[in-house]
Amino acid sequence: MAIRFASTATVKNKLPRNSNFWNGTAVYSPSSYESIATVTVGSGGSASVSFTSIPSTYKHLQLRLFTATNRTVYSLDEMYINFNGDTGANYSTHNIQGLDGSASASGTANTSFATSGTTSASAAPNIFTASVVDILDYANTSKYKTTRSLNGFDLNGQVSGYGGFIQLYSSSWRNTNAITSMTFTMLRGSAFIQYSSFALYGIKGS
Amino acid sequence: MAAGATYEPIATQTLSSATSNITFTSISSAYTDLILIVVPKTSTGDYLRLRVGNGSIDTGSNYSQTDLVGNGSSAGSYGYTGNNRLSIQVESTIPTAQFEANTIIHLQNYRNSTTYKSMLWRTNKASGAVEACVGLWRSTSAINTISVFTETYNLQIGTIATLYGIAAA
Repeated sequence: MAIRFASTATVKNKLPRNSNFWNGTAVYSPSSYESIATVTVGSGGSASVSFTSIPSTYKHLQLRLFTATNRTVYSLDEMYINFNGDTGANYSTHNIQGLDGSASASGTANTSFATSGTTSASAAPNIFTASVVDILDYANTSKYKTTRSLNGFDLNGQVSGYGGFIQLYSSSWRNTNAITSMTFTMLRGSAFIQYSSFALYGIKGS
Repeated sequence: MAAGATYEPIATQTLSSATSNITFTSISSAYTDLILIVVPKTSTGDYLRLRVGNGSIDTGSNYSQTDLVGNGSSAGSYGYTGNNRLSIQVESTIPTAQFEANTIIHLQNYRNSTTYKSMLWRTNKASGAVEACVGLWRSTSAINTISVFTETYNLQIGTIATLYGIAAA
């Protein structure tokens, strides 16, 4: 089994990329955008991926995903995201999407997961889904949490019955707790395949 | 504990004379994702395109894309296969009089040499359309050169393209 779980505590600290600060040749200019943790799935695949102990020191979080599952029947799968271990019916989603030349929109209330959208699957070899997910004001303890995502994959035509997807998604988690952990799973396949990557970033406020 | 600040500007090009393309070469592999922000000015009837490559720009028919477009009255989706470039701005032209369009392009996992490359972008043209698109470059080569260009005429003076790098922990 490859990496399937990463705590921020397991992430090795390293020098800021503006490392000239350390050799004295330049003034260090800190960015407000920081890498918190990353999981890259190894050769054995991974049934789920989690980030835990997410610090509350940022204003917003951003996920940058590059994913595919091991589903072989069709070229797509659905990504699930659960916050703080909550798998109750405390989420809702809305999306607008383009699929194979057709635009559509849908929404789901009282569901048990948030989502970044549809992800590609092994039926389409070498194709991974790109996703950028923003989780705004994630540490606020007075608000429900809202995510937004830009998500998609293209297949150069149809593969196993489906063509490309481009999606704008929003999810709501009806909980006022700060988000301290998140877990990624999928609907149809049993594992994220090798080279899938999950990168979590923090954006500071003033 | 965060691993360190990232989202760094790599290069910016601002056109002081009209030219057919803006190309970034020898892009470092030190990052995980690239973000290219383009504020273009083209001629009426022209379109903004994108190509990538390793060592040289790939002009082969190795690109495809799926688009979601809202044009002010309806939403539509379009798919393009086997093209020799990606259409960054697919719905409408950009008039010469104004800088009224912008595009943010995400090139994720650009340095990997195992998978095809998926790219996301959002293009906005206030008077014409909003677009969300995904593109595919069917190559397992790492991307180290990127070119944005126009189909027919030149990119005009003042066009800006800025490339950023994001490094994961």
